[in-house]
Amino acid sequence: MVALIREIGWLTVRFVHHLGSLAVFAAHILRAAITPPNRFRVLVAEVYNLGVLSLIIICVSGLAVGMVLGLQGYNTLERFGATGSLGAVVGLGLIRELGPVLTALLATGRAGSATAAEIGSMVASEQLDGLRMMSVNPVHYVVMPKALAMTFVMPLLSALFIVCGLAGGYFVGVMLMGIDGGTYVSGLETSVEFEEDVVGSFLKAVIFGALVGLIATYRGYNSEPTSAGVSAATTSTVVVASVSILIVDYFITALWGV
Amino acid sequence: MAGEDHRERPPTGGGAESHVVFEGVHMAFDGRPVLRGLSCEFPRGQISVILGGSGSGKTTVLRLIGGLVHPQRGRILVAGHDVSRLSETQMYGVREKLGMMFQGGALLNSLTVFDNLAFPLREHTTMSEPTIADEVHRQLAAVGLRDVDHLLPGQLSGGMVKRVALARAIITKPEILLCDEPFSGLDPVSVKRIEALLDGVNDQLHITMLVSSHHIPSTMRMADQVVLLLENQTVVGAPADLRRSPDPLIRGFLTEEVADQRLEPAALGGAW
Amino acid sequence: MQRSMTRDLVVGLFVLAGLAAIAYLSFTVGGFSLRRNEGLIVYAAFDEIGGLKPRAPVEISGVRVGQVEKITLNGNFRARVQMNLERGLQLPLDTSASIVTAGLLGDRFISLQLGGEDAVLKSGEEIRFTESAVVLERLIGKLVHDTDVEKK
Repeated sequence: MVALIREIGWLTVRFVHHLGSLAVFAAHILRAAITPPNRFRVLVAEVYNLGVLSLIIICVSGLAVGMVLGLQGYNTLERFGATGSLGAVVGLGLIRELGPVLTALLATGRAGSATAAEIGSMVASEQLDGLRMMSVNPVHYVVMPKALAMTFVMPLLSALFIVCGLAGGYFVGVMLMGIDGGTYVSGLETSVEFEEDVVGSFLKAVIFGALVGLIATYRGYNSEPTSAGVSAATTSTVVVASVSILIVDYFITALWGV
Repeated sequence: MAGEDHRERPPTGGGAESHVVFEGVHMAFDGRPVLRGLSCEFPRGQISVILGGSGSGKTTVLRLIGGLVHPQRGRILVAGHDVSRLSETQMYGVREKLGMMFQGGALLNSLTVFDNLAFPLREHTTMSEPTIADEVHRQLAAVGLRDVDHLLPGQLSGGMVKRVALARAIITKPEILLCDEPFSGLDPVSVKRIEALLDGVNDQLHITMLVSSHHIPSTMRMADQVVLLLENQTVVGAPADLRRSPDPLIRGFLTEEVADQRLEPAALGGAW
Repeated sequence: MQRSMTRDLVVGLFVLAGLAAIAYLSFTVGGFSLRRNEGLIVYAAFDEIGGLKPRAPVEISGVRVGQVEKITLNGNFRARVQMNLERGLQLPLDTSASIVTAGLLGDRFISLQLGGEDAVLKSGEEIRFTESAVVLERLIGKLVHDTDVEKK
């Protein structure tokens, strides 16, 4: 029993310690972001790695989720004779929650784990030490562009996810279930508000992007320089980032008043 | 501690001053001591080989000089600067005098060979792209590589990786070159080639070289000074002196071609 | 980093596509407008607005000409509704505004009936003739009350 309490205490201490390290790491990244030289080329490469290479998975998933929403929404609304609101249901669901959250979770799995693995293997193969010996700050050259790219890319991916989702919902509702297309679109446009829904959605996406970028690079950077270490870093990135996204999602939703 | 030279060497003006000095350096990882009070000097312009078995601390010595790790006790003077206490930012300044050839090359995997060599020049000089290209090609030719510009490190053989790593380490014309096990994992022909290159670098560019190795034949041929890290003592001397030494530990070490005779399980994991 | 023209192009396209999606969601779906107050802004005071909400449509003869922008309480504790209408709309001074319902249980919107005067409302002016929303519960309550009175 005492051992259990001690274990919990130890885990709590470790958790707080990690939180602190994470915050310090974030500060280093921010400082690197405003220090010259300009890493634009590397940033573009990272936007490619994290954004473009995630496009297919995001768009296909968005379409699928939109279609399911359309189906489920239709089934439920039909009981109340309110199928005309399908556009609103699909739109609000995607924009407020499913778009930013699912995009972030998918991106964590694909881009987040890839980032952690890449940085981890750079640690193991001494590439980061190599940079240090050439008087180049590895946080500035490797970490910062990846973290910034992730933050930048997330709202773009989220928007594309949502648009694909809206199309999926349209396909199911209008083409398969026979709702009037005009009703779907006008229901969507009337019920979605820019300040309340759209802004909140992209705010979430940006925050999630920063979160995943930070956690993935942190885990990779601090991984043990062995292949077991790299793999542990990758797994823990996905787990920690996913849970954090869901928890932070609650707080943003509550605070934004959405 | 320059003893009998076994090679021709132009006289170093003003005597052989020490470029790197270790004073009473203690280094331990997770409580496991690796260096116990190491004190030695590395003369300017000469090739010093740090010899020892796995886990003896050879690589640690180089990493201490580069400021990648800091000792628990002691001082390390690199060209007059005490790097044992410098912050990372301050180290960047000192590292401009250093070049390091890592055991695995540590080339940036996402860059081509050309971009890898150009990297330090692009970062720290204002050389124009054509000038950089000339310099890169010159260095590649000097290490005997042609037509590798557009290859990625993953596409190179082990020997080629080491040669590119060497070229990258000296392209910025450092004062001190650190080589971490340059012969590891190479076939005998490649070993000879690397040895010849390192000799050439020292001859022509007069760079102070610190090489960590457990490859005895090359060490004996190349070194002006040997720092032998044994379990409980450090022996410093010229290769010829070590050969003549009556100490059974030293003799025992030198008679093995591959010096891993005392393989300890603890030494295998993360042995720097 | 190989300076790949193709990769740069693809990245550019990706960013453009993402920005286009954001723009679509913001402007078309979300109704964000940069040219907010270029239209005709008129006000109307009601005793009861029922369930009228901001962004509810404002119609003339069933055609949408604008939307409800803001609803506040004026000095007399009546509901003051701000309507942002299309530019160049010619509304006579005696135009009336009534809050109606789409169907029996649907959303509230405002319907404008044009008056006959020559002079027109300018931006910032107030519609004088208003008809409040009919609240179903009050109607039923009144019916019950009237029936009771009749019985007595």
